[in-house]
Amino acid sequence: MNTNGNTYTVIYSTVLVILVAAILAFVSMALKPRQDDNVKVETISKILTAANLYDAEAAAQKGNAYVLEQYQNCVASAEIINYEGKTLQTLTIKGEDGKPVIFDALKPQYDLMKKIADAQDKGQSESEINALKAQLQLPVYTFNSDGRKIRVVPCYGAGLWGPVWGYLAFEEDMNTLDGAVFDHKGETPGLGAEIAHEKFYSQFHGKQIYDQAGNFVSVKVVKGGAHGDINGVDAISGGTITSNALQKTIEQWLSFYVPYFKTIASENAAAQAGTDETGTNINAEE
Amino acid sequence: MKDVNYKELLLKPIFKGNPVTVLVLGICSSLAVTVQMKGALVMALSVTVVTGLSSLVVSMMRNSIPNRIRIIVQLVVVSLMVILVDQFLKAYSYSISKTLSVYVGLIITNCIVMGRIEAFALGNRPIPSLVDGLANGAGYGLILVIVSFVRELLGSGTLFGMRIIPQSFYDAGYMNNGLIILPPMALILLGCIVWVQRSLQKDLQEK
Repeated sequence: MNTNGNTYTVIYSTVLVILVAAILAFVSMALKPRQDDNVKVETISKILTAANLYDAEAAAQKGNAYVLEQYQNCVASAEIINYEGKTLQTLTIKGEDGKPVIFDALKPQYDLMKKIADAQDKGQSESEINALKAQLQLPVYTFNSDGRKIRVVPCYGAGLWGPVWGYLAFEEDMNTLDGAVFDHKGETPGLGAEIAHEKFYSQFHGKQIYDQAGNFVSVKVVKGGAHGDINGVDAISGGTITSNALQKTIEQWLSFYVPYFKTIASENAAAQAGTDETGTNINAEE
Repeated sequence: MKDVNYKELLLKPIFKGNPVTVLVLGICSSLAVTVQMKGALVMALSVTVVTGLSSLVVSMMRNSIPNRIRIIVQLVVVSLMVILVDQFLKAYSYSISKTLSVYVGLIITNCIVMGRIEAFALGNRPIPSLVDGLANGAGYGLILVIVSFVRELLGSGTLFGMRIIPQSFYDAGYMNNGLIILPPMALILLGCIVWVQRSLQKDLQEK
């Protein structure tokens, strides 16, 4: 047979491509549910790590099932709020398939935040900016941990080579961080990539996002060392751009959560005052 | 058809004709994925599977492939294998597939795969081609494991993620070598391996 003819070549390549496409489509469809599960479990494990509820050893032994179970045992509520702190939607904790629903559309929120910042730079009117802000969907996961409620919020932004993201867990005062965890797509190994290591993110434990005067300052990632600053952690040597990007990301996200944080903090303070019979002058923050 | 010497086929690519140190193919990925042994091992297995299966499939098709689109056909077969490996890793070994990130996809451009298909599978029967592909993947993997062993041990003080260098060393002032985590150091290590191999094997030395 003449394998060099035009007709043969065209038919051969067509058949080959169709065949390969069919195989790939089949495999992709067959493996898709498993892959989606893995992505979801990965996200949940990050959220749990931030809230100090994650046991890496148990996860290594029992796999995905442990992570889902641990989440469902500890979570009190999961909801999406808007920039004013109003609840837009609650997320299912145990869906029909037995798995929780996790809000994973962080990138669209980040894009929206960039638009809002642009609009503010251009000096657009308040109502235009608020219309943009109203589109924001901000997830909050609340966990029960030793009788306290720990609230975990995400952040997502641009690092040096690709996206960086993470989760921040707050104590009931909505000021002190209980923990944090970060991840990245492709920061430089040994430098920027260190943000994903415990040595870096464990520094966030006990840090606060308001300064002494009660102004929102977020948590700074300080080059040269934070030296015990309650609002700062040590940056990574050689990873300045990633460190700065992370600081900006945290600040950007938390700034939209501040109204919600204040509401919760004052509710908690009021509840505290209610249970405490002698408690009189506990003033909730505005 | 002449008899195939399977032993020669299997052993040559692992040492005497190693694709990385002798043919100097597939350098790019051996620099990128050798920071940790676990990743290097999975990468080695993935490349072995891809070279083996691609060689096998191309060899089975070799008499029907139109010569003018030979390279494209090979490329389609190789990409099929690579995407399959990538999909399976994502489904069954997610954390490792995250560590390897784009480099699994980049196996497509690994010169070893196309090199073995062009040089061997197109002119040989399927079974010898499969063996040749697997052996070359293993040769590549061996270098990856050696390089990652040194890099993980000196760079992070661990092997397969387990702490090897005891805490007392760190207390006494020992520090992990940050330079060794960066790609240039992998190239230098690779150079050292080539050096050792060439001094052991005189016939590889150029006059």
